[in-house]
Amino acid sequence: MSDQPLFSFRNPWFSVSVGITAGVAVLAAIAGFIILPLAQPNLQLSGLWDAICSAAGVPRRTVEAEALKPTFKTSSVVMTSEMLTHPDQVSIGRGATLAQKCAICHGPQGVSDANSPNLAGQFAAVTYKELNDFKTGARVNTIMSPFAVNMSDQDMRDIAAYYSYLPRVPSGHLDVSLSAPEIVVTGAPLRNIPPCGACHGEIDVKSGSPWLGGQSAVYIKAQLEAFATGARHNDISEQMRNIARRMRPDEINAVARYYESQP
Amino acid sequence: MLTNKRLILAHFWLAFASFGVALVLGAWQMFERSPLNVWHFNPEFYYRSVTAHGSVMGYVFPTLIAMGFGYSITEAALEKPLVGRRWAWAGFALVAVGAVVAMVPVSMGLASVLYTFYPPMVGNAFYYIGIVLVVVGSWIWVALMSVNLAVWKRENPDKTVPLAMFANVAGSYLWAWTAVGAALELLFQIIPVALGLKATIDAGLARVFFSWTLHAIVYFWLIPSYIAYYTIFPRAIGGRLYSDAMGRIAFILFLVVAMPIGIHHVFADPQVGAGFKFMHSVFTALVALPTFLTVFTICASAEISSRLRGGSGFFGWISALPWRNPIMLATALSLVMLGFGGAGGLINMSYQLNSSIHNTQWVTGHFHLIFGGAIVIMYFAIAYDLWPHLTGRALDHFSMMRTQLWLWFIGMIVTTFPWHYVGILGMPRRMAFYDYANPAIAAQAFPVVMSAIGALILLASGILFLVILIRGQFAPASEAGAYRFAIATHMPARMPVALNSFGIWLALMIGLSVINYGFPIVQLMALKDTSVPAVYVGAAK
Repeated sequence: MSDQPLFSFRNPWFSVSVGITAGVAVLAAIAGFIILPLAQPNLQLSGLWDAICSAAGVPRRTVEAEALKPTFKTSSVVMTSEMLTHPDQVSIGRGATLAQKCAICHGPQGVSDANSPNLAGQFAAVTYKELNDFKTGARVNTIMSPFAVNMSDQDMRDIAAYYSYLPRVPSGHLDVSLSAPEIVVTGAPLRNIPPCGACHGEIDVKSGSPWLGGQSAVYIKAQLEAFATGARHNDISEQMRNIARRMRPDEINAVARYYESQP
Repeated sequence: MLTNKRLILAHFWLAFASFGVALVLGAWQMFERSPLNVWHFNPEFYYRSVTAHGSVMGYVFPTLIAMGFGYSITEAALEKPLVGRRWAWAGFALVAVGAVVAMVPVSMGLASVLYTFYPPMVGNAFYYIGIVLVVVGSWIWVALMSVNLAVWKRENPDKTVPLAMFANVAGSYLWAWTAVGAALELLFQIIPVALGLKATIDAGLARVFFSWTLHAIVYFWLIPSYIAYYTIFPRAIGGRLYSDAMGRIAFILFLVVAMPIGIHHVFADPQVGAGFKFMHSVFTALVALPTFLTVFTICASAEISSRLRGGSGFFGWISALPWRNPIMLATALSLVMLGFGGAGGLINMSYQLNSSIHNTQWVTGHFHLIFGGAIVIMYFAIAYDLWPHLTGRALDHFSMMRTQLWLWFIGMIVTTFPWHYVGILGMPRRMAFYDYANPAIAAQAFPVVMSAIGALILLASGILFLVILIRGQFAPASEAGAYRFAIATHMPARMPVALNSFGIWLALMIGLSVINYGFPIVQLMALKDTSVPAVYVGAAK
């Protein structure tokens, strides 16, 4: 038995099986790489070789068309999940000095009743991103923009590190008995609204999503409305604009009240 | 002649124990996302549970069954003790340790990436390292199967390799080659990112590597069941195998065409060219061939047995089959589920029809019907058949076994048919929550409740199965005799060397893999700027 040739065309098992396999492969390739692509006018193929390249998945130059550019600046910050999670002491110290000019609105301890955001304990990546967007003009605010314009990248990192270092202070409106609105816990899947808690705490925290507990309800509501109208547009990939646009006014109010009452 | 009974029993017990745990998780998941559950779970628990259920059911359970059954076949079919007993124990230890190492971070919620990994999501490195250990442990088994066959061939140069061993080694080679895809993905792409050595990952390339493993792994799970069809079933019903050579051809076909077909899992992915998707679709269609051959051969074997018992008529012989025999029942139920599951699979593999069900619950229904149904019910049959030989005690609770098998069949049908149906309605898979109060999907509520009830029936069947095995461990001692496999009606006097060796088939398997995967992989590796930032799951908040 072992003296029979195995890898030899004199062995019918070898020649037949290799022949059938190769035949199927060749026929499938002809159909998949030549006949079917050429049968599709929308591919706009220039010939046989183009058809084969297209079917093989080689990146092709698409039809030249002017890409629509937004009329406003968008955020240039690239978020990663590890971003600014390990601040050093020098940076925090420098940030404390720089933050003195922020204190008039954001409070000497990063908390204020002026309906401006409370920054104490905010994730560094969040503060850094917003400062950056104010600087580049992706986010515009009469008061904040002039402050940010003159900040260096290191200044922004330091301020962000300092505020993330400060402890969160319980909100003056703290009411932990308030149950979470449905939109926070489950979102509204059929309107394509994910749960707020999926990014802003409760369920998960995603990079660049601010901690909302204890923020002023007036501020949260104003920002959601600004996202909905497009007046604020520094959210990466329109994440918040898409959500806010689909939220009902009562949901916006409920969310604002809920987060204000949370620690 | 089973000598290493403790080794084999250890594999089966660890397999069935982990199966039992994962089954509870599966039933909970069905309940959790059904309308029976008022929303009060953290969705993270759902994904954590899916990751654990899938990793155990996909990687640990069938691998241990294939290994344990493989060792039994080696000893029983080759009629000699296993060569490399210590290595076998080392492989078992690696699988066991790997399973624990993988499950700890999953239980802690540090690796809720689902068992198919889904880069750019990246979880705790120990999850992936655990899976690698499981695979390395199983590769020891692959090597041992090959070594044992070689030793036997040297001692018996003129004998034909018994069908059970031939199929077993084919399955081990298939696993060795198909596991390479996921191993490359884990070792070179995911684990470096999970360890923090890299921050970006080429998700498209990773998905192609995973598809390399993802489809042929199903045939690796399937092969023990097919071995049971060919070599246990005819003997258990008192008949003979219709054709030994047909069996060899079926296993050879699995070896050759199970590999170059995985891209049908990424039909919706933009990084693979349409031409390669079409090629994979064509070869996926070919993989129906060994199944058709098998169904024919097994039905013919059943008919031979029935007519030997006095069955007659065009269909009358069916009623003369020994239906009270659990192996008969399991095989018949398995073939029914294989038929339904296979029919659904034809939709999945078709490039066009796939788009209507891609990423819907249809797909989950499909693979539960094929794997959980047709394959796992044969694992039960294998255990029932082997248990008296492994424990040296009688296993004769036949009515309990029949009840268990019927419950499994009914449970699987009740679970998966509505699952397919809601998939056609467009229900997406991999979601923890559905708002059934909404009119747009309210119609899905009832079938999903049916599925959840099916899951409970499956859970009851699984518990009954473990009870039967445990009772078997404490039954009075009884000598079961030598374990033997079915004999063919006509054994060819001289087996062609091609049907008695693997050279040609391994060459074709590797050749086809290179043809169907080579270009997409090389191209994705060569393209610049295709990596995206990793999304760490369970990272420090």
